Amino acid sequence: MTELGTESARLEIIGDDDVVRVRQLARSYAQQVKLSLVDQTKLVTATSELARNTLTYGGGGAAEIGIVRDDHRTGVRASFQDSGPGIPDLDLAMTDGWTSGNGLGLGLSGARRLVDDFELDTEVGRGTTVTVVKWSR
Amino acid sequence: MDAAAEHLAQLVELLRTDSEQLIHRWVELTAPSLRGRLTEAELHSDSRELFDALQQALATTGNVNDSHFAEVKGLLEDLSRARARQGFSPSETAISVFTLKQAVSELVGQQDDQNLYRQVLTFSTLLDVLGLRTFEAYARTREGIIKEQSEQLLELTTPVVKLWDGVLAVPLVGTLDSIRTQIVMEKLLQALVDTGSEHAIIDITGVLAVDTQVAQHLLKTVMAARLMGAECTISGIRPQIAQTIVALGIEFGDITTKASLSDALRHALRRSGVDVVATARSGR
Ligand SMILES: Nc1ncnc2c1ncn2[C@@H]1O[C@H](COP(=O)(O)OP(=O)(O)OP(=O)(O)O)[C@@H](O)[C@H]1O
Ligand SMILES: [Mg+2]
Repeated sequence: MTELGTESARLEIIGDDDVVRVRQLARSYAQQVKLSLVDQTKLVTATSELARNTLTYGGGGAAEIGIVRDDHRTGVRASFQDSGPGIPDLDLAMTDGWTSGNGLGLGLSGARRLVDDFELDTEVGRGTTVTVVKWSR
Repeated sequence: MDAAAEHLAQLVELLRTDSEQLIHRWVELTAPSLRGRLTEAELHSDSRELFDALQQALATTGNVNDSHFAEVKGLLEDLSRARARQGFSPSETAISVFTLKQAVSELVGQQDDQNLYRQVLTFSTLLDVLGLRTFEAYARTREGIIKEQSEQLLELTTPVVKLWDGVLAVPLVGTLDSIRTQIVMEKLLQALVDTGSEHAIIDITGVLAVDTQVAQHLLKTVMAARLMGAECTISGIRPQIAQTIVALGIEFGDITTKASLSDALRHALRRSGVDVVATARSGR
């Protein structure tokens, strides 16, 4: 995936407040690259899901959010990293409605549908990194 | 008695025989910082309590980490908490412990005794440790107070309003976090009980994003309201929110949703047998 440039920020995800902060940061970058209102809302919602998973299942971690560019377009990239337990069965975790806790089981699979690029890297015992990009049209 | 206590024997004796004088001087040294937030009599009784506990602990050990200091520490925690609530600063709180050092050294200064002098030094160090503990307790209390206040603020900023006889509405605004949504939903359910209303409208026109957690709170509230015999309508789902909810895969099932608050109100009224009709006059 395209690398983040200088227009980016890093946030620790330790508590509930940090999830709100992630959303606000994602929204401000989304507005900077002029994403449509629908796409802004989709990106913000996806980051909200991923940040909360980082907090709830990853035991906390960090988010890196910023603007990405390729030859034709600009977008917002958000990356969530934790050193938690990892996801043992990824297919299961990505299944709509499956939750190991008491959520709706829609955060991960839903987030994938809300963004353009979705990359998930996980290893049991080491942690999980999820990176998403929403491109402006 | 342990070794450390052995060394403090002289000091303990001094604390016992001159306790009245010491407490008096201690209070005198601390009083200027009270500035009316506490009476001198209250300070006196606080100080005496702490002094007695301190004296008792010291009679057994000079080691603050020993379990004999549990009562002293407990009293200090209580004192710090009370001071934090009374509006004292952390240093003012700690100083009320440190002033005892001065009171004791003033008393000892009149005697020329190497042994006693060393014991007073040990005692000073011990009071330093205890004084610092008040900081921690103080900080914990302040954090608690700030949290309370922001929760109270949340309650104030999320009003449940009565739109009509038997119809309540709650507008959700801004960035919803878990705590906020939960407080609003609890308030709404309580208001349904208190007013005996049969309709509730949750208006989300002002909400920036609905994620799975907010959705779950909404769904739970609607279900709970149903169990209480009330019907809940969700209104004001804006296009971008609707599209996001669909993409996420959240299903609102048979929950009634309406485009606007007024549509939701009309629906609620109709359900309770009130018909809203346009008359010629309303067109002006
Ligand atoms: N960062 C992570 N570390 C470990 N496990 C994770 C992580 N993210 C997701 N999971 C696992 O994947 C499951 C599915 O995640 P998803 O976000 O889809 O659902 P949920 O968080 O349980 O509920 P919802 O997000 O709908 O409120 C989780 O229940 C959890 O077991
Ligand atoms: Mg989730």
